[in-house]
Amino acid sequence: MFIGTSHYLILSSLLFCLGTLGVFLNRRHVINVLMSIELILLAVNINFIAFSADLGDLNGQIFSLFILTVAAAEAAIGLAILVVYFRNRQTISIDDASQMKG
Amino acid sequence: MAPSLLFYVFATALIFSASGVVFIRNPLYCVLCLIVAFFNSAALFLLAGAEFLALILVIVYVGAVAVLFLFVVMMLDISEENSEKRSLSSYIKATGFLAFVFALELGFTAYQWWHSTKVNDLTAFSSSLKTSNTHALGELLYTHYFYVFQMAGLILLVAMIGAIVLTLHPQKKQQVKKQNISEQLKRNKENSLKLVKVEFHKGLEK
Repeated sequence: MFIGTSHYLILSSLLFCLGTLGVFLNRRHVINVLMSIELILLAVNINFIAFSADLGDLNGQIFSLFILTVAAAEAAIGLAILVVYFRNRQTISIDDASQMKG
Repeated sequence: MAPSLLFYVFATALIFSASGVVFIRNPLYCVLCLIVAFFNSAALFLLAGAEFLALILVIVYVGAVAVLFLFVVMMLDISEENSEKRSLSSYIKATGFLAFVFALELGFTAYQWWHSTKVNDLTAFSSSLKTSNTHALGELLYTHYFYVFQMAGLILLVAMIGAIVLTLHPQKKQQVKKQNISEQLKRNKENSLKLVKVEFHKGLEK
């Protein structure tokens, strides 16, 4: 057996689709959406790592490192917003967040 | 033989735990599934020869981000009962279409790559480097990408300050104005408006 880039690409595309599905399908809590976004970023990271290993170029791993940084910052800010939202509204349901739609 | 078998094991576990994140109702189990997914992808990174990033993934994601998620899930009182029993929302058609298009595009790309002439075995990558992965990454990061590295630090600083500013309690609790919807809806003309006939030259008596 032989593991090439295509194996990693198929895996990351599956993971990406699962993440997208999670963002659109989860209409209950904002926190599920945030977790799905983490899954999407993980799929992107796997793509970068696979191409980096395939081309023998370390630049892809550097980019993956920066994606990790931004994902950590995004998770921190998103969860902080979530905490403030919960403090004001006593709920984090997505359906309640569309109140101003009219 | 052994690395490719390991790849299939970890990839299967990753896909299953990722579908657990998406489809399980209880947010606590979702976070635990997310942790399993991070561990599996760290193992996949190791197989592809990215040792430093694999360990960073475990440290940053499992050690910081997942714990943050767990903390928020446990601090906020999220019960499944008061969310409606609506497993598939009205967005299922749009979602299915979108996922189908994504899967088609990505599958096409992967298929193209499958049939490309130049094929490398990814699990043999790490042994081809002269120095260790961490050493090589550090040399690249601190020379060629130094300014980008500084910007990443700045982003983390901004995120930290933003999170603290957002969640810091104000000194007086009443400064945060909350909306009380039932109170608002109970208010009507009878209990908020009073018409008084003011007599001429007498004024309003207390």
